[in-house]
Amino acid sequence: MVLIKKSELQAIYIMWIRQLKRFVRAKSRIISTIIQPLFFLVFLGLVLNNMIKLPASSGNLQFLDFFAPGIIAMGIMFSSMMAGVSVLWDRQFGFLQEVLVAPVSRFSIVIGRTAGGSTTALIQGFIMLIIAMAVGFKISSFSGLLLGIVFMILMAFIAVGFGLALSSIMKDFQGFQLIMNLILMPAIFLSTAFFPVEYYPSFLKILVYINPITYCIDGLRNSLTLLSGYPYIILPVSLDLLISIVVCIAMMGIGSYLFSKSEV
Amino acid sequence: MSIIETNNLTKKFNGLVAVDNVNFEVEEGEIFGFLGPNGAGKTTTIKMLITLLRPTSGTARVAGFDIVKERNRVRECIGVVFQEPALDTELTGRENLDFHARMYGLSRVEREKRIVDVLQLVDLTDKADVLVKNYSGGMKRRLEIARGLMHYPKVLFLDEPTLGLDAQTRNAIWRYIKRLNKEEGTTIFLTTHYMEEADYLSDRAAIIDHGRLLVVDKPEGLKNRVGKDLINLKCSNMRNLKKILEKEEWVENVKIVDSSLLLSVKHGEEKIPHIIEIAQSTGIKITSIDLHKPTLDDVFLYYTGRRIREQETERTIAARFRRH
Repeated sequence: MVLIKKSELQAIYIMWIRQLKRFVRAKSRIISTIIQPLFFLVFLGLVLNNMIKLPASSGNLQFLDFFAPGIIAMGIMFSSMMAGVSVLWDRQFGFLQEVLVAPVSRFSIVIGRTAGGSTTALIQGFIMLIIAMAVGFKISSFSGLLLGIVFMILMAFIAVGFGLALSSIMKDFQGFQLIMNLILMPAIFLSTAFFPVEYYPSFLKILVYINPITYCIDGLRNSLTLLSGYPYIILPVSLDLLISIVVCIAMMGIGSYLFSKSEV
Repeated sequence: MSIIETNNLTKKFNGLVAVDNVNFEVEEGEIFGFLGPNGAGKTTTIKMLITLLRPTSGTARVAGFDIVKERNRVRECIGVVFQEPALDTELTGRENLDFHARMYGLSRVEREKRIVDVLQLVDLTDKADVLVKNYSGGMKRRLEIARGLMHYPKVLFLDEPTLGLDAQTRNAIWRYIKRLNKEEGTTIFLTTHYMEEADYLSDRAAIIDHGRLLVVDKPEGLKNRVGKDLINLKCSNMRNLKKILEKEEWVENVKIVDSSLLLSVKHGEEKIPHIIEIAQSTGIKITSIDLHKPTLDDVFLYYTGRRIREQETERTIAARFRRH
């Protein structure tokens, strides 16, 4: 393991701070990232909650307890993917050159990016969690919440890595919308974010099962409602965790490899 | 000792040669101008020197370090002002400088002192806490120059520092560049396609065209190569007049450029009546005649047969059409 020099830590720190400052200053972005999941939770979640009755075995749990973790996961993943893709903005506005010409290793640049992007995504995740609790979502236990945070961090890293990879392959914004619609939306829809896997037709079930995001969301749901006998859980939480960690390492690896290969 | 030294520096893009076996040296403490039209290979050369592009072949040493093998050491020694603005417009001027200082590992004491210094150098002290998106084009440029100096670089690279700025702002930027070269003793490597800029700023200038380095000298020396005075005339039968004038011993050089005849002579004001006499005696009609001291544009013309200016306008118009 190579020791990171003090100057590299300082560089990572300032890249992290920069993204937090930009996040806090872009008021309209914060509002829109909160408004959208808020609408999902309130307009969709509360209505579905009244419509869908859970099996008797689920005790005092309701559909919202299933739905809210999915929406939180969706919010975190969208937001951190955008943070990864924002390298494109930096490239477009020339700021990336300023970063690349500095005596800082490419590895530290990737770490700084990831730290900044996932921090802002997690802040949004927490805001959504609070909103969800305000409309009736219940967290099982404090340890469950801690485990849930681990899953949230893993999700954020996976999405930042994906965003970094995208922004390294694409040199401009063309095709960006296409990628969003063609990859991200299906990946969310086929991940049990909104619906239990039992209700997917069998040919879609296969896609749900091979989609790694399924297990991140399953893990988050598992930990937030831990040990409370919730139906529609796919795997034990330890397996979810294992899969998520492997996917996270792979995605971060791909993202940083492609980023370090890309020239200005 | 030379602070930049290139050794057959070459860059090819898909077989197209952008920079072709370029060799030059830059002395410590001087302002070195790299003059050439757009697409001549100036930016590609700078990008190789600042380690953002790898040369296809050949190499260079900057501040004693190899630009391929010792990238990080080179990066520590240089400051760069890019052709396009490279600022974070959502941060204030001070925050941009602070970001830079931390990326270069300056300590807190160094950072705070240096930010005050460089802001003063470019007269931006009172705008330091304004978001950069509210800066004018000239202010952004000045901030970038200040930022390039933050970490006491040995060499400051400026890629077209006054591109797209109005004449007044351009003069101000020139003053700052001269000042920092004098006060901080920083070596400056600048590229430009404005000959006035290369002429006014550089201690020595190199002329580059189609990726090849044509000549390196002091601006005065370059102009002296063309001649003392230049006479530009339009007339009815250029070829004939050219043949006659070529035989005169006081004519140092005569060329047909576009639709006019270009002569280099000494004491041009005395030669004009003489030329008119010769023309009249052979029945050639002179429609216009002018006399000027050589500029770097004439030097470029002398070496390439083309003017930088004309190419520029053509290119900008073409680029404008392409954009729509």
